[in-house]
Amino acid sequence: MTKNQQVTNPTNTALQEKDYTILNLGPTHPATHGIFQNVMKMEGELIVSAEPTIGYIHRAFEKLAERRPFYQITTITDRMNYCSSPINNMGWHMTVEKLAGIEIPKRVQYLRVIIMELARISDHIICNSVIGVDSGAMTGFLYIFQWREFIYEIYEELCGARLTTNIGRIGGLERDFNEKAWEKIHYFLKEFPAGLKEFENLLVRNRIFMDRTIKCGPISAERAMAYSFSGPNLRAAGVDYDVRVMNPYSSYEEFNFTIPIGTNGDTYDRFMVRQREMWESLSIIQQAIDKLNALEDKTSFHGNVPEFFLPPKEEVYNSMEALIWHFKIVMGETTIPKGEVYHCVEGGNGELGFYLVSDGGRTPYRLHFRRPCYIYYQAYPEMVKGSMLSDAILTMSSMNVIAGELDS
Amino acid sequence: MTKEGDRLEGFEGPGFLATSLDKAVGMARKNSIWPLPFATSCCGIEFMATMASTYDLGRFGAERLSFSPRQADLLMVMGTIAKKMGPVLRQVYEQMAEPKWVIAVGACASTGGIFDTYSVLQGIDRIIPVDVYVPGCPPRPEQILDGVMKIQELIQNESLRRRNSAEYQDLLASYGIE
Amino acid sequence: MPTLNIELLESKLKENFNENILSSDKDGDMFTIVVTKESYHDVVRFLKEDAYFNFHYLTTLCGLHYPDSPFPFGLMVQLHNMPENSRIRIKAFTGDNEPTFKTLTDLWPAANWMERETYDFFGFKFTGHPDLRRILNMDSLEGWPMRKEYPLEDPFRKDKDDKMFGR
Repeated sequence: MTKNQQVTNPTNTALQEKDYTILNLGPTHPATHGIFQNVMKMEGELIVSAEPTIGYIHRAFEKLAERRPFYQITTITDRMNYCSSPINNMGWHMTVEKLAGIEIPKRVQYLRVIIMELARISDHIICNSVIGVDSGAMTGFLYIFQWREFIYEIYEELCGARLTTNIGRIGGLERDFNEKAWEKIHYFLKEFPAGLKEFENLLVRNRIFMDRTIKCGPISAERAMAYSFSGPNLRAAGVDYDVRVMNPYSSYEEFNFTIPIGTNGDTYDRFMVRQREMWESLSIIQQAIDKLNALEDKTSFHGNVPEFFLPPKEEVYNSMEALIWHFKIVMGETTIPKGEVYHCVEGGNGELGFYLVSDGGRTPYRLHFRRPCYIYYQAYPEMVKGSMLSDAILTMSSMNVIAGELDS
Repeated sequence: MTKEGDRLEGFEGPGFLATSLDKAVGMARKNSIWPLPFATSCCGIEFMATMASTYDLGRFGAERLSFSPRQADLLMVMGTIAKKMGPVLRQVYEQMAEPKWVIAVGACASTGGIFDTYSVLQGIDRIIPVDVYVPGCPPRPEQILDGVMKIQELIQNESLRRRNSAEYQDLLASYGIE
Repeated sequence: MPTLNIELLESKLKENFNENILSSDKDGDMFTIVVTKESYHDVVRFLKEDAYFNFHYLTTLCGLHYPDSPFPFGLMVQLHNMPENSRIRIKAFTGDNEPTFKTLTDLWPAANWMERETYDFFGFKFTGHPDLRRILNMDSLEGWPMRKEYPLEDPFRKDKDDKMFGR
């Protein structure tokens, strides 16, 4: 798909003599993991400028959300950053809970922390193993993906689905963790460190990998802030901003963890920050289990909010009141207060925000998603300028741009 | 990996098998599919799982992904196809050489799924012919494997002359494909 | 946790922009001000560049549409001061049929795509924006999809029978 084009820049004679190559990368290029189109102007193998085009899977989430009752929007959030759907689900539930002023028991908050940290690990596994694949190391991908499959098995025990989980409900979780799930979580905590270590040994001090990724697609802290970076990409540039610490939700303030930061903001730093975060997530899960064991409450899995939380099926059949609540919730007739609220969570790739305007109706009046990768992907042309084409591919995979979230 | 059901019918003796060309070619084709993954969203992630260690599509002779449509036999459309993407998908299909098969993986590719909106194509069968639909949002890797096996069945039983038949030409013409 | 001195901010804003600050609200989830369309860019610039308030991070930007209000079209911007960990929400409304705002791309490059998205969804013009085109939808799309009157479903679909679906 290359073609030579005469450059028509009359001011610079040196440029006029050269033949630039216009290279169309995407939208279905195999190396871009999703559908991103970049029209690159190349000077030999160096990128002079890149022009991204997006919107190839625009699905109108925000418009759709204006026509769906509150509880049905969870399914839309699933399909945004589908590598870590549980975080999106929880973020949405917490947004509505914040608006409606719902109190959530401590136990549920810790259970949510466990789910969210598992999701973060699975998100980072995908991103980091794909960095390996793009730099030519398929082995790490094949090994570490077994653990991602295992996390999906845990999800299956928790909610029945693998990828688009629709996990939890407004006001709590739809069911308690079953014994099999606990068994699997404990097994995961015990065995995953060895697998992660193996993956790290393969890449972290690997000469080829380091040569390939260090100084590849760097961005300075100032530029990253100007481009509103967030999440691991911002931390790799050296800014210790993490929503879990800055605006704690779901009792994150009680947990003890460090925020890893990088120095150069290049691909290697982004890889290392994610790698370190997986270890931190493991420690957070362990802490959450310890906290759960210390709690007196061993059974609650939702708040006491009959107007939002579906009653158990037996009660629906046998009690009038439960039947009425069930009907009202399913028909979307629960009253939500008027008002506006912004809630953000630390998603797999950055600050995932929900700006919700409610007019008291059965659907949101306006729902705006702050999608982290939509915002930081616009820095991509700046980051790849002057680098080689193969580095541009690596830069994109290390930024963890998810097409579903990008195009909303 | 030959199962009992995979054995070709024909006249068999020690060291030889006489059968029709259709069947021999069908068997060769079905066990060496080169799929072109057209992965756009969530189902693409499940496809990654299908390719990776636990499920391993390679067991069905399809581990060689062909990223060039020119060399691919099987177009696997996974994920939402927006109207903006429609012309691209069609172009990819037109570039593929005959014989070619198409799987629509997932609810979005099959019908538009939950995204009944102004920007989403309501099923890829509006622009290209589809052989197998895989339901699910997203389908489990087992379902994707099952879809591939259904395609293998189609390939095994397809007549060598089908692509030249008037019916097939009419089908393509109904989609406006030359 | 250090927080923003809202009283001081309110008085500072009144002092600098007096009647351009239409209202302010301290009771919501974050401090919210509504400003006139003309002063919107200046207020944001002041909040960004003031050494004390230092709202240096553009969190998000989106359009709003209230068809029944005399000022139906609005813009919502959220800023964040990370060292102090305080957030602020600024809104500006207009009654024009073709709403036009000043661009924020001179303050943050991140505003570029956020404003393109707002243009794409609501049809707001941003004066001074370097590249105001549709970003998510096709260029051939007619109308502004996030406006309330725009239908969600494809109006050209012929295969849906309303009699059967009860819509």
